[in-house]
Amino acid sequence: MTERYDVLVVGAGPAGLAAAGTAAAHGARVGLLDAQPRAGGQVWRHDVRKNAPRAAREAIAALHGVTLLAQHSVIASEDGALRVEIPQGSTLLTYGALVLATGARELLLPFPGWTLPGVSGAGGLQALTKQGWPVAGKRVVVAGSGPLLLAAAATLRAHGAKLVGIHEQASAESVHAFARQLLHWPARATQAALLRAKLAGVPYRFGSVVRQAHGEDALRLVEIDGAHGTSLVDCDLLAVGYGLVPNVELAQLLGCALDHGHPHPHVQVDELLRTSVPAILAAGEACGIGGLAVARIEGAIAGHMAAGHQDDARALLPERDRARRFGALLARHFAPGARVHALATPQTLICRCEDVPLGALDGYADARDAKLATRCGMGACQGRICGTALAELGRFPRGAGRPPLFPARLATLAGLALSSSDASRSST
Amino acid sequence: MSVAGYDLIVIGAGIVGAACADAASADGLRVAIVEPGPVGGGATAAAMGHLVAMDDDPAELALARYSLRQWEAFADLKEAEFSRCGTLWVARGENELASAATRAARLGAAGVEAQLLDAQQLYELEPELAPGMSGGMLVPREAVVYPPRVAQHLVRRAQARGAVLYAGRRVQALRRGGAQLDDGSMLSGPVLVATGCALPALLPQLPMRARKGHLVITDRYPGVIRHQLLELGYADSAHGDADSSVAFNVQPRPTGQILLGSSREFSATDAAVSPAMLRRMLERCFSFVPALRELQAVRAWTGFRPTTPDGRPYLGAVPGSTDQWVAAGHEGLGVTTALGSARLLLDLIRNRQPAIDPAPYSPSRMAA
Ligand SMILES: Cc1cc2nc3c(=O)[nH]c(=O)nc-3n(C[C@H](O)[C@H](O)[C@H](O)COP(=O)(O)OP(=O)(O)OC[C@H]3O[C@@H](n4cnc5c(N)ncnc54)[C@H](O)[C@@H]3O)c2cc1C
Ligand SMILES: Cc1cc2nc3c(=O)[nH]c(=O)nc-3n(C[C@H](O)[C@H](O)[C@H](O)COP(=O)(O)OP(=O)(O)OC[C@H]3O[C@@H](n4cnc5c(N)ncnc54)[C@H](O)[C@@H]3O)c2cc1C
Repeated sequence: MTERYDVLVVGAGPAGLAAAGTAAAHGARVGLLDAQPRAGGQVWRHDVRKNAPRAAREAIAALHGVTLLAQHSVIASEDGALRVEIPQGSTLLTYGALVLATGARELLLPFPGWTLPGVSGAGGLQALTKQGWPVAGKRVVVAGSGPLLLAAAATLRAHGAKLVGIHEQASAESVHAFARQLLHWPARATQAALLRAKLAGVPYRFGSVVRQAHGEDALRLVEIDGAHGTSLVDCDLLAVGYGLVPNVELAQLLGCALDHGHPHPHVQVDELLRTSVPAILAAGEACGIGGLAVARIEGAIAGHMAAGHQDDARALLPERDRARRFGALLARHFAPGARVHALATPQTLICRCEDVPLGALDGYADARDAKLATRCGMGACQGRICGTALAELGRFPRGAGRPPLFPARLATLAGLALSSSDASRSST
Repeated sequence: MSVAGYDLIVIGAGIVGAACADAASADGLRVAIVEPGPVGGGATAAAMGHLVAMDDDPAELALARYSLRQWEAFADLKEAEFSRCGTLWVARGENELASAATRAARLGAAGVEAQLLDAQQLYELEPELAPGMSGGMLVPREAVVYPPRVAQHLVRRAQARGAVLYAGRRVQALRRGGAQLDDGSMLSGPVLVATGCALPALLPQLPMRARKGHLVITDRYPGVIRHQLLELGYADSAHGDADSSVAFNVQPRPTGQILLGSSREFSATDAAVSPAMLRRMLERCFSFVPALRELQAVRAWTGFRPTTPDGRPYLGAVPGSTDQWVAAGHEGLGVTTALGSARLLLDLIRNRQPAIDPAPYSPSRMAA
């Protein structure tokens, strides 16, 4: 079962939505697929309590002539086609042009106690909350780095959580320098002011790091190292994230070159968002963390390019460059500092899939060496968490993954179109 | 320029080179080990780690049996992840069941315990097998291990006895009286080439082909299968000369994960996972254990088996030489037979009578 689209877009976040809508407006037959059940990506993730923001509704409503393929996970590439797992089996999709809008994930870094129940990522807890996981009345500490902390905190509060405090690891000087720069991005400044207003009364501390999470079977309190020394804070949940890293695994699987000139690789693209592989474009966070504005504008550029309208794409470049400068600003002012890199002790688990402590990796110079000897990175996440953390800690770069991209049914790997339960149902 | 001198320079630290270095250092030799990559990072890292006696070639059986006895010394070694799950050979059809009887008798005669099973006994042991199997053969004492860590253990043990590991170094060429490394330095002493598929780079006179194989590992599903399961037709795939073949070969890991094989291809030279081959291999597995279809696969990978023209390893002196030795070409059995290969080779190097007949493995058979 193979379906062909003129333009196939992977990822229905802001970048993918813009790419699909733009390409379809040129008359292309467009498929837009996402592993999630609803379009929107990270920032526009569906919230059970709230309607989607207007921009999101508009982007989705503008998808004339786009086939939206929800719950479609790309797990492998097969001779120029994508192997896609769907709930009832799998399919094979081919394309004239492919746009990778695979977005970003949270950077999680190990510290003593980070595997206790009750500890999660900041964006992770935000996403769970939007999906209806109950946080009402829970005492939550939000910590880590970057503006995502404020967005996560605002969502948590809207769902009834009691915010004990927000702890930003970047220094006060750094955050204030960032805030002064916001003047050049009025829309951003407004957004930040709105978030702060929603978080009125919640302590927002700078130069403040969660050193350790305590509790026997579940989280009970956290130890915070702040500008004024160490304190212990009681809480039910700790949401901690150190910023974002691009999802480059699909690009890598397809043979696209990566740009390694960053702590975490980006998909390498030229000015017009072409990757090193013909007919494959990339847009949004996958090409480097830039946020919502970058995602939307790059999505549009990639959509024009995929439909063969280079001039339209070029016209958007000045706007894109300006938006990208904001991403660079973020990276400069919120990069995790040495204190954060030193939190994990030799006993702290680094690989949660295989229970490997950080100390077990001493003496290994590369990811493969360490994996063979200790199993670090051998689990179901294929080193997405531990490999990324180890790269951030300066140990060694993450090793290349192997298919499938995400755990998938063996039947899918075997190219079977339908799962056996469906097959037997249809034959009886 | 000072030249480091050794009693034996082991080239390559896969499971075979590691076992040789271990045996040589235990024998009191001053040993060097040269390995450009991670120890155990070649074919050894790709392997299933099944310790199994194949009985279709008497020489192979003798070497396997000799080795399996030595593996018992690793049964309690944590790093080995030794798990005595036993091997269950599954018969589909009366012909295969008859062949099981012949094989059980052959294994028994060689001192390897093997029991014939009828269909009912088979399904009691492995309820997830597809209906319609005729029976099988259980080899209860066989086990599975995690090969790269065993190789690392063997190298460390040799190092503890004074062996020197030239990590990250490659042998560029064999020279009279020694070996030249890729940084230009020389090591002097007899050499033992254990470079697996890369053998022709140093010893082009000994033919070797790389035979590609695919494996897939699942998430944790303890109890779905309980033994290493193979179809009785596996030997036809393993020892036949078809350009490509697949056989049902699945293994329960001590972690609860399930490892699925196996495929064999001569003409495929790139390491990429081939969707078509994967499909053939998995469909073969599903036809024996249908429940596998719905399990989550975590990872697929490939590896290359070092394969000689007659399928037997080269163990002995390089033809025409007295200070060059070779231990390579173990195809799909090198984990099983590494320990015995090392003992055999050390006996030859030290001029002792080996415990099994070395003639079938002599590299000189290629010169004839
Ligand atoms: C956890 C989290 C929370 C965030 N919260 C906010 C917030 O509240 N406010 C804010 O301004 N920014 C937030 N961001 C930042 C966010 O990255 C950007 O604002 C924006 O969503 C980026 O758009 P994008 O289209 O590049 O990627 P994304 O929005 O990340 O969309 C990528 C999409 O690709 C899909 N995908 C990836 N790989 C595959 C595959 N192999 N097969 C199928 N589908 C695939 C994903 O399911 C996802 O829906 C958050 C980021 C993260 C990681
Ligand atoms: C998919 C698959 C499944 C298998 N399953 C099993 C199984 O279940 N049971 C079993 O018994 N066997 C199994 N095998 C077979 C087994 O893996 C091999 O027979 C065995 O690992 C060979 O070991 P080796 O040391 O000869 O080769 P390798 O492990 O390849 O080691 C050779 C080493 O030499 C090094 N080298 C190469 N060139 C040079 C040079 N110039 N200088 C220095 N060093 C060099 C390499 O870096 C490498 O580390 C399997 C193989 C495959 C591919």
